[in-house]
Amino acid sequence: MIETEDLSKAFNGFWAVIGITLRVEAGQVLAMLGPNGAGKTTTVRMLTTVLRPTRGTARVAGYDVLTHPEEVRSVVGVLTEGHGLYPNMSAEEYLDFFARAYRIPAPERKRRIEELLEFFGLVEARRRRVGRFSKGMRQKLALARALLHKPPVLLLDEPTSAMDPASARLVRDAILELRSNERAIIVCTHNLTEAEEIADQIAIINQGRIILCGSPQELKTAFREKARFRIRFAAALNGRGLSLVEGAELLESGEDWLIYQTSRPEKVNPLLIQFLSQQGWPIVSVEEQICSLEEVYLWAVEGGIKHGH
Amino acid sequence: MVIKRFRDFLSGALLVTGREVREQFRDWRIIFPIVVLTLFFPVLMNYTANRLVNFVRQYDAPIIGERLIPFLLMVVGFFPMSISLVIALESFVGEKERLTIEPLLCTPLSDTQLYVGKLLASLTPPLLASYLGTTVYLIGVTHRVGWRADPLFLVQIFVLATMQALVMVSGSVVISSQTTSVRAANLLASFIIIPMALLLQAESGLMLWGRYEALWWVAVGLLIVAGLLIRAGLAQFRREELLEREMDTLNLRWIAQTFWRFFKGEGRSVWSWWRAEALASGRGALLPSALTILVLLLGAYVGVTQAKVFVLPAEYLQEFWNSGEIAKRLGGLQLLPTYSAGLVWFQNLRAILLASIGGFFTFGVLGMLVLLLPFTLIGYFAASLAQAGISPWVFLGAFILPHALLEVPAILLAGGAILRMGASFAAPARGQTVGEAWLKALAEWAKVMFGLVMPLLLGAALVEMLITPRLALWLISR
Repeated sequence: MIETEDLSKAFNGFWAVIGITLRVEAGQVLAMLGPNGAGKTTTVRMLTTVLRPTRGTARVAGYDVLTHPEEVRSVVGVLTEGHGLYPNMSAEEYLDFFARAYRIPAPERKRRIEELLEFFGLVEARRRRVGRFSKGMRQKLALARALLHKPPVLLLDEPTSAMDPASARLVRDAILELRSNERAIIVCTHNLTEAEEIADQIAIINQGRIILCGSPQELKTAFREKARFRIRFAAALNGRGLSLVEGAELLESGEDWLIYQTSRPEKVNPLLIQFLSQQGWPIVSVEEQICSLEEVYLWAVEGGIKHGH
Repeated sequence: MVIKRFRDFLSGALLVTGREVREQFRDWRIIFPIVVLTLFFPVLMNYTANRLVNFVRQYDAPIIGERLIPFLLMVVGFFPMSISLVIALESFVGEKERLTIEPLLCTPLSDTQLYVGKLLASLTPPLLASYLGTTVYLIGVTHRVGWRADPLFLVQIFVLATMQALVMVSGSVVISSQTTSVRAANLLASFIIIPMALLLQAESGLMLWGRYEALWWVAVGLLIVAGLLIRAGLAQFRREELLEREMDTLNLRWIAQTFWRFFKGEGRSVWSWWRAEALASGRGALLPSALTILVLLLGAYVGVTQAKVFVLPAEYLQEFWNSGEIAKRLGGLQLLPTYSAGLVWFQNLRAILLASIGGFFTFGVLGMLVLLLPFTLIGYFAASLAQAGISPWVFLGAFILPHALLEVPAILLAGGAILRMGASFAAPARGQTVGEAWLKALAEWAKVMFGLVMPLLLGAALVEMLITPRLALWLISR
């Protein structure tokens, strides 16, 4: 659905995006994470043909962004960084204007507007001027605009920014609901929890480059060279000396727990559990200490990774 | 098929127009001046016209009143159109500042639909206000003063108002689509306001002078300018660049580097540059040079026709020609006594530069007018001599032809380069930003000037000073 190869953009000699290579299949959601100015919006703008790539190629729903820009725009739904709403129009007028711009036939246009107003809870505000909408309502209306023509590709730039938790929840649920076998979605966000919740793939982008890309699980495990595990015992350790098997390295211990790390958990863990049991340590639980996405993100962005993985 | 495509195009453009016009009519800052200028102002002008007509009648000068009424009609029609400037100036850049442009750019509407839609939206309400204001004034002046307008004059005034609005709007939309902020657009608006103010003064002069037929030529000129501006605006409008332009500052270093890159091209030495770049640019200017030939011939023809209007006394010409004064001067090789070859060269370069600067801002039109002028004079003198019974061919062969062999190709090449530069502003190459396209056009012009025109003009100046007088002396004394 979305394919980019070495996609790059320079502004007056400054490279805002460098060599972005991505592939988002139908049914997938890709979250682009990165600090402000990392190149997320520029990438989205190239995919919507609003910016022309300086180098590289991109295909959206089978259309090349350079050779078939109008076709690309007709199959892409975009939620832009700013809402892009006309304050003097009513919600209904606004959606009608864009529905016409997307060449939706008249009977379907009316039905679709009704559906979306209802879906986003904007029916009662349909005739109110957009300028009097709250931030959350504006974002919902902008999202409704992006969905008007049932696009097979959705590009959402900061979809839940400035929204209250309930509205953000609604938008996140909507995104999950919009995920289908016929649709590919790219979401640019600063919200790590959101990215983890809705995305199949996460691309961390910094200084114009993708520095880390994979499923949330892959990113978390890729972060550490050694896996960490926490063992809880049925009895307190009471300062008794504890030795581990070869390949397991003790990191921390508490009253009735310890944390160790190993590079070969599939071999070391069974041996260690057996060893501890033999030593008379009753084990209650063994659980892997998975790092948070935040840790991965900060590590990657704050100098952990210089080039793409 | 064509009709369907046109209908689709129009529906997209009118969609943009409709939305913008609705938006304008919801903004009291636009509504208020329109109402004032279409209803209150014409009534005020009616009152003024009435008072003035009565006043000048006391002094038995009715002609002043007769001329004043149509003049006020034009003023009443023009004032509401000033709003079109404000609307058009912010058509693109205003949306960009309010962050509403991006969703619009993401729709399947084409660049041309967006551009034409905005153009019509900026044009329609002020123009309708202008028509309404004019009508209100006409009704009032007919009722109160008893003035009856010539129907053809009314058509003329409405056409003129439409053309003025078209020029202002098309120019402002070009500015709006190429600037980064409303502030920058307003600053650049003087490029429209000053010429329009001058034009309005000229129109006023024509009307008070009673030369109403000349207003048709003004309307035709405005239509051509509007056409060129719309063409240039459409060619230079690229949605991909609208969000790219983030800087208002002038990057002189980039400008210099880019210009030099285009100017230098493949040249490794002066000789290789001349062969590879200057000659290629000269070849590129050949087609517009052919157009220049037509323009110069037209200039000569105009000169010939004017010789019948502004007739030089035949006896004076004959006396001057036969008195031996020319032969005396030529004998001393002092046809142009205070001139040297360097000065002639400098003078010609100055004229070409003036033509280029004029052409730069007018898509080549003003440049052509400057180049056309000497040919008009040549045509005029040749025809005047013929009327006095002196062979124009001797004049042309003796005084013009020798250095013209070098000077005319130089002028043709310069004309071609100027036209090409003007045309490239109206239709820049794809894949280049507007800035790059402009710098490339300038570099192409510079290559032709430095590589071909300047050496040819130097040769022509030397011939003009060293050979022409001798040849003329020989021909005249035969």
